[in-house]
Amino acid sequence: MEPILQIEHLSVYFTQYEHGPRSSAFQKRQLAAVKDLSLEITPGQIVAVVGASGSGKSLLAHSILGILPYNSHMEGKIRYNGETLTEKKARKLRGKEIFLIPQGVTYLDPLMKVGAQLRKGKKDPETKRRCRSALERYGLGADVEELYPFELSGGMARRVLIASAVTEKPRLIIADEPTPGLDARSAKRILSHFRELADEGAGILFITHDLELALSIADEVAVFYAGETIEKAKAEDFGKPENLRHPYTRALWYAMPEHGFRAVGGLQPYAGDDRKGCPYAGQCTACREDCRTEGQIPLVEYRGGEVRCLHPDEMR
Amino acid sequence: MKHRLQFTGKKLIRMALLLLGVSIVTFLLMCASPLDPLQTNVGQAALGTMSPEQIAKLEAYWGVDTPPLTRYLGWLSDVLKGDFGTSLLYRQPVISVIGQRLVSSFWLLLSAWVISGVLGLAMGVIAGAFRGRWPDRLIRGYCFLISSTPSFWLAILLLLIFAVWLGWLPIGLSVPAGMDAAAVTAADRLRHAILPALTLSITGVANIALHTREKMIDVLESDYVLFARARGESEISIILRHGLRNVALPALTLQFASVSEIIGGSVLVEQVFSYPGLGQAAVTAGLGSDLPLLLGITVVTAAIVFAGNLIADLLYGVIDPKIRKGASRG
Amino acid sequence: MKNMTQTETNQRRRTVFFLIVAVMILAAVTAAGILTEGCAVETDFSRRNLSPSLQHLFGTDWMGRDMLARTLSGLSLSIRIGILTAAVSAAAALLLGTASVVLGRKADAVISWCIDLVMGIPHILLVMLISLACGRGFTGVVAGVALSHWPSLARVIRGELIQLRQAPYILVAERMGVSKLQNVRRHMLPHLLPQFLTGLILLFPHAILHESSVTFLGFGLSSEQPAIGVILSESMQYLTTGKWWLALFPGLALVLVVALFALLGERVRRLLDPSSAHE
Repeated sequence: MEPILQIEHLSVYFTQYEHGPRSSAFQKRQLAAVKDLSLEITPGQIVAVVGASGSGKSLLAHSILGILPYNSHMEGKIRYNGETLTEKKARKLRGKEIFLIPQGVTYLDPLMKVGAQLRKGKKDPETKRRCRSALERYGLGADVEELYPFELSGGMARRVLIASAVTEKPRLIIADEPTPGLDARSAKRILSHFRELADEGAGILFITHDLELALSIADEVAVFYAGETIEKAKAEDFGKPENLRHPYTRALWYAMPEHGFRAVGGLQPYAGDDRKGCPYAGQCTACREDCRTEGQIPLVEYRGGEVRCLHPDEMR
Repeated sequence: MKHRLQFTGKKLIRMALLLLGVSIVTFLLMCASPLDPLQTNVGQAALGTMSPEQIAKLEAYWGVDTPPLTRYLGWLSDVLKGDFGTSLLYRQPVISVIGQRLVSSFWLLLSAWVISGVLGLAMGVIAGAFRGRWPDRLIRGYCFLISSTPSFWLAILLLLIFAVWLGWLPIGLSVPAGMDAAAVTAADRLRHAILPALTLSITGVANIALHTREKMIDVLESDYVLFARARGESEISIILRHGLRNVALPALTLQFASVSEIIGGSVLVEQVFSYPGLGQAAVTAGLGSDLPLLLGITVVTAAIVFAGNLIADLLYGVIDPKIRKGASRG
Repeated sequence: MKNMTQTETNQRRRTVFFLIVAVMILAAVTAAGILTEGCAVETDFSRRNLSPSLQHLFGTDWMGRDMLARTLSGLSLSIRIGILTAAVSAAAALLLGTASVVLGRKADAVISWCIDLVMGIPHILLVMLISLACGRGFTGVVAGVALSHWPSLARVIRGELIQLRQAPYILVAERMGVSKLQNVRRHMLPHLLPQFLTGLILLFPHAILHESSVTFLGFGLSSEQPAIGVILSESMQYLTTGKWWLALFPGLALVLVVALFALLGERVRRLLDPSSAHE
C-alpha cells in the first residue's frame, strides 16, 4: 500500500539566541534536537517512536504538523500521500486529515468550554453534530460539552483529546505521549482506541517513552537515542533480545519489568551537544576506536530492520 | 458561596481598617504641618461668614490647644455622622464640594480609564502577537517613552499643539469664562474634557500594555495554543479566541488595581487644564491650607482606590470559571 | 561553547561601557547645572522673551534669563534630589522588607498593612501631604518623595526573601543553629543584591518625575529655584502668547534624563540577572 507519511532524513534544529545588550548583537547557535530521522507509515499501520523524555520527540510531531516554534527549523523531507508536505500544505491539512493527540489537559484552553474548543469557533449544526458524535463515540455525554477543562477527570480529558481527532475523518494521527501517568490497564484501554482508528484506515505515529506500551500496540518501532534513531525494528523482533540490532535497544529490552528490570546505565548525551561518533559509545561494551572518531554514523539495513551502528555483528 | 462571602467580608474589614489608617496618617501629617489653617485663613471671607459654632468646631480640630488624639476623635465621630466639616476656601460643607468635584471628575476619569484600558489591552495583544517584530518594538518603545514623560508636561504639550497652535480646542476651564454655569451645554463640557481625557489615556496605557504583552507571550507559548494550531485554527482565530480570552482577565484586574495611578495623574492634568475636578480641588486645598477639604479628598480618594482593589480581588471569583464553579459546588 | 562565553563577555563589556557613558552624561549634566546656577537666575531685561537662537539655544524667558542655563540647573537639582530620595526610599524598603520576614508574623502583618496603606493614597497626593507636613520647600519635597516610594520595592524584597527562606540550604543552616538574623545577613542579602540594586536605580525615574510634578503643583521647591517643575509652571502663563520654547525644551530635557535613568536600570538588571533578559 502507498505510504501516507514518509519522512526522509529529517533533522530539526533549535536556533538559540544568545542575548546581547543590543538587538544587533544576537548570536545564533544551532542545536539539533532530531537528527537524520527516516520513517514510513502506511494506512492502518501504527509506528511507534520510542525515546527517553527530553530527547526531542515532540519536535518531530511539530515538524510534521508545520507548527515548529519560531526559533527552530527543519531539514530533510516529509511526504504526505506521496507529495512533499510544505508548511502551507500542512496548514491546510492539520485539523482536517492530520491530527495531533497531545499529552493531557493542559492542551485545552482553560477558559473555554470543551464543546466550543472542539468546534473551533464554528456554530453550524453540521459541526455541532459531528462534535457530538465524536464525543459520544468515546462515551462522553452532551453535558461534557458544557464543562471547562479543569472539570474533566484525567480519563475524560484523554478521551476528549482523542475525540478531537475524529470530528473529521483522520488519515494520519500523531499521538504525542497520549497516556502519561496512567496505569498499564487504563493506558492499554486508551491505546485500543488507536488500534480502532488504524483499522479504520488511519496511519498512526505513536510517540512515547514507554517501550512496553509501544510494543503492545505498534507494528513497527523506531528507537531514539540522543536525537537519533538508532534502530528500526518490527514489533515481533522484541520477542527475543538476540533479534535486536543495537546495544541500547537491548538494554531497553532488559530494562522491561518482565525481562529483569535491569536499569539502563549511563546518561544520555544531550542531543544538542557537539560530539563525534556514536552517541552510545560511552556505554557500549563492543565499542571500538572508530565508533568515537567517525562523523555521523549512517543508518544501515541489517537483518530485516535498520540500525545505526558501525559494527552490528559484534553484538552477539 | 459561604466561602466567597467570608472572603469578601474579610476584604471589606481590611479595607475599612486601611481607610481608618489613611485618615489617621493624613490627620497626623496635617497636624505636623507648620502651616496653621486658622492663621492662613484668618481675615478671609471664609471665617467671616461662618457661624460661631463652625469656627469653634474648626478650632477644636485644627487649633493648637487641643491634643491631636482628641481632635482626631472629634473629626472621626463627625465623619461617621456624615459630616466632613466645612471647607475654608469654598465656604461649603466639604462633602458637597467633594460631591460636585467628583461628578465633574468622574466622566473624565472614567473615560480615560476605559480608553486606556481598551487601548492598552489592544496594544499589549498586538505587541505580544508580533513579538520581536516592528509593531512590538514600536509599542514597547512608546511605553518606555511615555513612562519617562511627566504627565503634566505632556498635558502642556497637547495644550500647545491643539489649543494654542491649531486652535481646535479650548485652552482651559471646564466652563467657558463669563458664562453662566447653567447655560453651559453638554457639548461645551465635552470639548473641555477632550484634552485632559486624552492626556490621561495616553499616559495610562503603558503599564497595562506591557503587562498584557507578557501575558500574551505566555499564552502564545502555551500548550493549548500549540494544540489549537495543530488543529488548524488560524493565527487570527488563535489570537482572538484563545489569546484575548486568557489575557482579558489579568488585564481587567490590573486596570481595577491601577485606579490610584489615574487619579494621581488627574491631579496634575486637571491643574494644567484648569479642569474643575477633584484633583484640582486637592491642589487648591493644599495650597490654601484648607485642611478639612484636603483630608476629605484624601479619604474619599483612598476609598475609591481601595474599592478598585477590592473589585480586582473579587473579579477573579466572578469571571474565572475555576473559582466560580469551584465555589458554587462546594 | 567557547564562542558563547566569548560573545557573553563582549556583551557584558558593551553593557558596562553603556553604563559608564550614561553615568558620565548624568554626572556631566549635574556638574554643568551646578556651574550654571548663577546664570540661571541672572536677569537681563534687554534680552527678554527671545526665541531659541545660537546665543540662547533654549531661548530666554520674560526676565531675560537663559533657558538653557535654567534647564541645566533644574536637571541638576532633579538628579541630586532623585539620588537622595531614591537612596532613602531604597534603604527604607530594604529595612522594612527584611524586617517583615525576620521579625515574625505580627511584624509582617503590620508592615504589609502599611504597604497597602501607602499604596492606597495616590502617590502624588501623598507626596503633597508629606511635603505640607514638612512646610513645603526642599525639605518637604525630599521627605515627600523619599517616604512615599518604598512600598513597591519593599514588597519585592519581602517576596524574594520569603522565597529564599524556603531554599534547602537556608533551611539546613537554620537547622544547624545559625540564627535567623545571621542567616539573612550572610546567606540571603547577598542574593538580594541584584534585585535591590535594580530596584534602587529604577526608583530614580519615579522619584525625579514626582519631584518635578509636586514642584509644578507648588508643593515642592520654591519658585526662586530653577527647578524644572518651577520652570514649567511659570511657562504656563506664557503659552497662550506663543512662547512654546519655555515649555518644550526643559520638559524634553527632563524626559531624556528620566529615560536615561530608566535605561540604566534596565541594563543593570540584565547585567545582574541574565535570566530576566529572555527577549
